[in-house]
Order: sequence, then structure tokens, then C-alpha cells
Amino acid sequence: MSEQRSPKPLLSVRNLNGWYGESHVLHGVDFDVNEGEVVTLLGRNGAGKTSTLLAIMGILGKRSGTVTYRGTEIINMQPRQIARLGIAICPEERGIFASLNVDENLMLPPRIADGGLSLERIFDLFPNLKERRRSQGTKLSGGEQQMLAIARILRTGAHLLLLDEPTEGLAPVIVQQIGRTIAALKKEGFTIVLVEQNFRFAASVADRHYVVDQGKVVDMIPNSDLDANIDKLHAYLGV
Amino acid sequence: MFELLGIPPQALLGQLLLGLINGSFYAVLSLGLAVIFGLLNIINFAHGALYMMGAFVAWMLLNYAGIGYWPALILAPLIVGVFGIVLERLMLSRLYHLDHLYGLLLTFGLALIIQGLFRNYYGISGLPYRIPDALSGGYNLGFMFLPKYRGWVVVASLVVCFGTWFMIEKTRLGAYLRAATENPVLVGAFGVNVPLMIMLTYGFGVALAGFAGVLAAPIYSVNPNMGADLIIVVFAVVVIGGMGSIMGAILTGYFLGLIEGLTRVFYPEGSAVVIFVIMAIVLLFKPEGLFGRAA
Repeated sequence: MSEQRSPKPLLSVRNLNGWYGESHVLHGVDFDVNEGEVVTLLGRNGAGKTSTLLAIMGILGKRSGTVTYRGTEIINMQPRQIARLGIAICPEERGIFASLNVDENLMLPPRIADGGLSLERIFDLFPNLKERRRSQGTKLSGGEQQMLAIARILRTGAHLLLLDEPTEGLAPVIVQQIGRTIAALKKEGFTIVLVEQNFRFAASVADRHYVVDQGKVVDMIPNSDLDANIDKLHAYLGV
Repeated sequence: MFELLGIPPQALLGQLLLGLINGSFYAVLSLGLAVIFGLLNIINFAHGALYMMGAFVAWMLLNYAGIGYWPALILAPLIVGVFGIVLERLMLSRLYHLDHLYGLLLTFGLALIIQGLFRNYYGISGLPYRIPDALSGGYNLGFMFLPKYRGWVVVASLVVCFGTWFMIEKTRLGAYLRAATENPVLVGAFGVNVPLMIMLTYGFGVALAGFAGVLAAPIYSVNPNMGADLIIVVFAVVVIGGMGSIMGAILTGYFLGLIEGLTRVFYPEGSAVVIFVIMAIVLLFKPEGLFGRAA
């Protein structure tokens, strides 16, 4: 876990500690994400993957350490300020608003910079959403809700996407579709941090994998070395 | 039974009109409460006092500054709204992470203080506020006499209520509001300034109360207790409609005003309690309210 690439990473996390109330859940997380990469945080349930994303986004109640995005220190910023720098989150519970229809959900996050995807391109990636624009957000299937949760952060101009278990609880065919979408987004130039428990899915989309255990990053495996490290990874994930 | 049916139409329609006017106030006030509760999670017990303030500000503008009814209809809600924003920033904003009860207690205390201050300076006998010239007099509809001002109150409240409904349910700003009501943390993580939105929403909700106060000034005498008398009924309206439902608050307001009017015709002794009886029945059979979502 010593890898440092040049030039400077887009996102750099150092000695990140985080707490839920009194409960200390992150114990010094370190990792880097380079421009244009897809990086996963792999780990067991409760390892601290989601908490890491929430801490980067400024949502976790109490946090310390260093998180820099494009060289700017963001550890003490409010979530809305962090969002305005170009980081967007797709939360684990998807966060689709029940009182908003699909269109309203899609248009909700404000544009924070140029360069977001156009609606046409978004509907190109997620044709189902186009047919259901007037439906209430939570009336969509689980897969469609996941697509909506990803789609709405693509038009804002955010550049770093934090995706929290986008495949959780979805049918294999939908998982494949989300995999293709992530590959397409990488081609479009987005940088993605993906939290996953499904490492087969992670292997199909990511450049590098950070293994999180007990609130720390304990290993980094480039995707190209995954086969050679598969036993080690099984041990980490307890599978 | 024959005697009940023998009620002259003038009496029936007159009471229905009175009911509709009361309903207009119930609707505007419960709408403000619903907007505030939805986003702030605060049961704004100061709402009645802020309604009273609206009437007093209109009276003061006229008597101290010579500013008449029409400008006051805009200025008084603005002044009350700004006063609300100060309350929100200084006090209410400290309570959002706590149970509803704390907000209710704080706003109840604020209501008592505001009313006490006005009582201290203006007494309780009530101050007159003239109906503006353009709205004095009335129309003879043949079957009844409709005072112009009362017709105006109903129209103005309908416009404000449905304008507010439209803004919340059909515009992008309203979508932010609805989304922040459901999940303020996520809306903030999208880059929206939620604390600012909360502050302005409270300001808007209490401005609605101030607006109702100006509308009420020429009908009821301007009196420090005018809000305290009304707010209990308005809370019953909100409970019946369902906390946090915008359309529910509006429709229930008008509907209960009419029910109250009808009760005054057919069973006058019951008119003061009919809304509370309906509230009890609704709480028994549909505790989330007629338009509320089950928790």
C-alpha cells in the first residue's frame, strides 16, 4: 500500500479518522485516487468502506486527518462546499426522493461546473429512465432507482464520483448494465471511487483495489495482479 | 326537523360565507404551519402571535407612518418574515437535532412573550383598522348581501394558498424543498445550501401568518389575543389535515371553516367544538390525518 503515482493524485486521503457519535470507526485510512481511475474499496461488512466515502463527502459527524481534492484540503469543509468542488456521492441507500418524480430527482442536484453529461447522453446510458420520467421516484424498480441515483450526479459537472455499493441487491443482468455504465463513465473521463463487496464485479470495472479492514486500508492490489492475489483477497473478504 | 329545513337561505348562506372566511384564515395559517413543520420539524406555536403581529404591523404602518392597507399587505408580511428569520437564526436553529417537543416549547414561550409585550403596550381592548375604501360596501346578490372586503379575503387567501401549493409542488425550488424535507443531508451533499433554505422557509411560513394578520385587521379588531384564540383551532385543522401535507392543510382549512359555519346554522351550541370533535374522530381512525402519509 505504498504506491504513489505521479503526477499528484486527484484525491488523497491520509490518516483519516472518523466517528459515529462516540464510536470510532475509521482508524487512519490512507489511499490515493488518480485522475481518470476507477478505484474500489473492498472489504467485509462493517470494515469502514461506506464511512470512508461519507467522511470524504463531509457527512460523517466527526472526522480528522487529511483529505485533499485537487490539492485543496477539504477535511473541515461542509458537504455542500465539498460538492461544489466537484465531488458527488451516490449513497448506498440510493437516496431517491419519494415526493419527487424521476425528472425532478434527475434535475435536483444543482450544476456545479461545466462538463456534465447532457440529458440525451444520460438517457442514452439509461434508456429505462427516459420512459419513466413522470413516475414517482420510489415507484421504480431497485435497478432503475440505482440508475437514477447514478444518473442524477452525472449532469452536475462533478468529476469525482463516489459510488456506494451500486450493485447491492440487484439482479445479475442489471449488475452487468451498471458495469457497462461505469466503463462508459471512465471513458467519458470521470474518476470513480467504488465501494463494493462483490469483488467479481469490482474486478470487471476497476483499475486498482484498496482492501479496507477494521477502519484502515490494509492492502492495495492492482487489477492486473488480482489473479495472483486471489487467495489473499479471499482471506481479507472472508469468502 | 321541519324547522331545521325552514332556515331561510339568507341565514344559511350568510353562515356559509362566514365559515368560508374563517376557513380562509385557517387555510393560510395551517399552510404556514405545514410548510414550517415539513422542513424544520418544528411545531411553530408562535404562529398565532406572528399572525397577530401582522395585524399590528399593518396598524402601526397606518398610524405611525401613514402607510395604508395595500402597501401594508406586502410590507407587514415582509417585516414579520424578517422577524421570523431572526428568531430562526438565533433560537430555532439550535433545536433541529432535538425532539419536536423542544421546538414546540420554545415557540410556545416566544408566543407568550410576544403577546405579553403587545398587551403591555396596547392593552386588550382592541384597535380599529378601517376597511380600505376600494373594498368598502358590498354587492347585493339577491339572495344575500356580500360585503366586498369579505369576498376579497376569500379570493386573496385562495390565491396565496394555491400560489404556495404551486410553488412547492410544481417548481424546481419546490423540488428542493420537498427533497430537503425527506433527506436534508443528501440535498446538502449535492451542493445545496440547506440551512439557508430552512431559514427562508421559516421566514416564508411566518410571512404567511403575517399576511393573514393583515387580511384579518379590518374584520376583527387588532388585538394582542387575536392569534392565541385562533391558533388552537388552526392546530386542530393541521392535525385533521395531516402534519406536513401542503394540499391537506389548505383543503382542510376551507372545509372545516365551512363545517363550522354549517354547524352554526343547524346546531349553534356545537359550533365552538365541532372542529375538535372531528379532530378526535380523525385521530381515532386515521391518526396520520386525512391527507397525511402513514409514518
